[in-house]
Amino acid sequence: MGFLKSRMGASKTTFTSTILALVLFILTAQVQAADTIKVGILHSLSGTMAISETSLKDVALMAIEEINAKGGVLGKKLEPVVVDPASNWPLFAEKARELIQKQKVAVTFGCWTSVSRKSVLPVFEELNGLLFYPVQYEGEESSYNVFYTGAAPNQQAIPAVEYLMSEDGGSAKRWVLLGTDYVYPRTTNKILNYFLKSKGVSAKDIMETYTPFGHSDYQTIVADIKKFAAGKPTAVVSTINGDSNVPFYKELANQGLKAEDIPVVAFSVGEEELRGIDTKPLVGHLAAWNYFMSIDTKENKQFIKKWNAYVKKNKLPGGSKRVTNDPMEATYIGIKMWAQAAEQAGTTNVDAVRQAIGGQTVQSPSGFKITMDAKNHHLHKPVVIGEIQEDGQFDVVWKTEGPIRAQAWSPFIPDSKEKVADWTYPWVCGNCKKAKF
Amino acid sequence: MKKIICLIEPRKRGFYETEHKIFAPFFGVFVFLIISLFSFSFVAANDLEQSLKDLGNKSRSKIKKAIKNLGSQGNTAALPALEALKDNRLRVSEDGAIIILDESGEKGQDALTKEQVDLKSLSLRKPRINNSVRRILSTTIGTLQLKSSNPVIRLTAAKQLLKKSSSGLVELIEMALAEETNDEIREIFSLVLAKEGLNSDDKQKRLESLKTIREFGNINFKSLLENLLRKNEKNEFLESDPKIREGAEKALSSIEKRQFFINQFANLFYGLSLGSILLLAALGLAITFGLMGVINMAHGEMLMIGAYSTYVVQNIFKEFFPHLFEWYLIASIPVAFVVSAIIGILLERGILRHLYGRPLETLLATWGISLILIQSVRLIFGAQNVEVANPSFLSGGISIFYGVVLPYNRISIILFVIFVVISVWALLQKTSLGLQVRAVTQNREMASCMGISTHKIDMYTFGLGSGIAGLGGLALSQIGNVGPELGQLYIVDSFMVVVTGGVGKIAGTVTGAMGLGVLNKFLEPAAGAVLGKIIILVLIIILIQKRPQGLFAPKGRVVEN
Repeated sequence: MGFLKSRMGASKTTFTSTILALVLFILTAQVQAADTIKVGILHSLSGTMAISETSLKDVALMAIEEINAKGGVLGKKLEPVVVDPASNWPLFAEKARELIQKQKVAVTFGCWTSVSRKSVLPVFEELNGLLFYPVQYEGEESSYNVFYTGAAPNQQAIPAVEYLMSEDGGSAKRWVLLGTDYVYPRTTNKILNYFLKSKGVSAKDIMETYTPFGHSDYQTIVADIKKFAAGKPTAVVSTINGDSNVPFYKELANQGLKAEDIPVVAFSVGEEELRGIDTKPLVGHLAAWNYFMSIDTKENKQFIKKWNAYVKKNKLPGGSKRVTNDPMEATYIGIKMWAQAAEQAGTTNVDAVRQAIGGQTVQSPSGFKITMDAKNHHLHKPVVIGEIQEDGQFDVVWKTEGPIRAQAWSPFIPDSKEKVADWTYPWVCGNCKKAKF
Repeated sequence: MKKIICLIEPRKRGFYETEHKIFAPFFGVFVFLIISLFSFSFVAANDLEQSLKDLGNKSRSKIKKAIKNLGSQGNTAALPALEALKDNRLRVSEDGAIIILDESGEKGQDALTKEQVDLKSLSLRKPRINNSVRRILSTTIGTLQLKSSNPVIRLTAAKQLLKKSSSGLVELIEMALAEETNDEIREIFSLVLAKEGLNSDDKQKRLESLKTIREFGNINFKSLLENLLRKNEKNEFLESDPKIREGAEKALSSIEKRQFFINQFANLFYGLSLGSILLLAALGLAITFGLMGVINMAHGEMLMIGAYSTYVVQNIFKEFFPHLFEWYLIASIPVAFVVSAIIGILLERGILRHLYGRPLETLLATWGISLILIQSVRLIFGAQNVEVANPSFLSGGISIFYGVVLPYNRISIILFVIFVVISVWALLQKTSLGLQVRAVTQNREMASCMGISTHKIDMYTFGLGSGIAGLGGLALSQIGNVGPELGQLYIVDSFMVVVTGGVGKIAGTVTGAMGLGVLNKFLEPAAGAVLGKIIILVLIIILIQKRPQGLFAPKGRVVEN
């Protein structure tokens, strides 16, 4: 017992000192925590989507570094919390929960695919988090907890189709709607179908085709396009998912379909995707976005310079070959906008910041003053259409005069025509046909 | 200037005074004519010069106008510049001179003076053109090329005009048709005229046009003919003349009949091409899985390594032998084979030989290896796809029927797979190594008793299978993506082919691959790509239920094992 007692005594002192240390640690940790504002970054860094999403993580870190260099937000530094949902949709929801509940982030920037967004949506709504979604998408959605900095269909798909209908675009009369078989192409094509019909295109002149994920044999489809195009000027609207684009474009070139005869406009092909392709056979095919790296503005030059410097400083893979693209610009705008709103609200509280974001304006690299719509949580964005050049960049052939307002619910789909996304009084609803109040 | 006039003046005066005055008015007219003629040709030359200059204008609408001007002038002197503009070989110097680069891009010529220029001393800019400029450009080049003495050029020009004919061209083409001797070109000219003739008011002309279309017509005329047979809401024909309708119907059915055969042929080619790709992907597996019984989940990564070897060889050629760049693919064949074979052998020696006879462990181990290989490639080359360019002799294709183009890269893959299959077959059937391989795969113990070093044979066989997978990767790099996940796309298809064909038989793999390829391509037009794939999978499940050994069941001891 004596032995035990002495041991007990010893352990008692150890115990108290441990507790003391622990308390001290917690205190310092708290002081530290109070010093920074945590910001979540939810992008896949492994798996199939890593190709696209890694750059978004990089540009988000760059923007945070830039804000911190200028003194941070509300006098505090931003502390990025990067998690990797590994291109696994259910994991996106788990990681989102971890960011909000455990890490207590003030805001999250993340997601690429529509399915990942749909998977985190309930989490953000349940825990009242704040998500900035930076990628062009199919619309038909507006959440109280999400700000959409990518394009809605009327800011990308519809203007692109209108351009191809114009004389400059080749006055297309027949349309091939080609996509990978999942929610974004299906919904976009549904909208385009209604839109084309409203423009007097008969159902016989629209061909809608889908391919499975990772499809690599486009012989039959290209031959079908050729047959379909016989006799009338035709354009292809492609919502093919990243990886299948290379075999598709290669087949197009080899079967002798030129952009001047049958132009293909793509909604998911940007500078980053073209990095892995021999672009010579693609010259003249189109893409519609809200930003191109080749846009010639002072702001864009600065943005590219910052990005190149950041890549060099952090020795990111790819080095001098790294490019900027539309979703990167949207991420950058989103972070700037959030910081501005938090500064104005005087707090990082989600409800206060949400109120402050509506109507915020940011000077964007595309050269316009971009405003967040207080009602439907989407950005007003300019639309630019570019032709692919030999160097993998885009040559702008058409652009809107200024930013246009997003339509969260497409007026062309009969079912969603009457739906309204308006988060201000008296509506306060993202999916209603009547005002709540 | 004034001085010159003064100098001439006294002479003129003298002339008038000394010569017969009666000639004076005639002389005046003569001088006027000469001067106006000169000035006219001077204006024309000036116009050519100005239009050529405008090709380098910064405004696209000015470029379009300049091209149209050059077309309406009909001056073939403008052709080189227009073609250069289309092929992206036209440059503009700082002082606005238009320079045409040659094919290699190393030498330049001034479009106006035809003088060679020193490219290094100039800072050049590309004129920015877009699709709408290119469309006008193609038509203009077509009209100008009609006058060419080379029948090949005239043919492409005629085809171009068929695609985008307009009523403004009818006269020009009628003229060209009268002078044309080449039958093929005459045919296309008459088609262009027929297309325009359909819209004329003269009934006889329309009937003749329909006859021409029926004789030579292609699918391009289908919608034109269908328009003639359209009805309005009251179920009345829009085209009132029954004779025209009858002609259109006949022409339509003849086009459709022809198109049906063309489609079947095209589907067959597409099927063989898809089959040859499946075969290249699966042939290596047919050896490692089929002959050795190793469930090799890392097979796809061998394909990927082959593709990356091609990429590396391509870069080496780009860096060190740029003049031989076109031939990098030939040099890649041994490299892709050897690199994948070595990695395969290392894999076999290091891991798999300890796991023979334990299929589940092999499956897990090779799956783990595949992940390691993918991640290593990602670390070395980055997660992005890399660019493997098609050499120019594999770009484009040959058009046999109207609308059916057989791309060169697909034709060469079919030839390549024939070469690989014959080599593998010869290696297995005609060499002593092949004899030993067959002996070991049939009965390991007995072969060992006969003095064959089975370990060595295992190693060689696995190396051979992996090497062939590497060749498959080389072929895949020519038609699709090259990225770390390349192999994942093909692994399921490869197993499908080997299992369908029958494990252990090269002939089975060949039949399986070609059968699946052709079946897929005949199903796809009817059922669509997504449903087509599902139907194939269902058919394979049924086949394996009925014939667990696949199409070609191996006979003898292998089955008992």
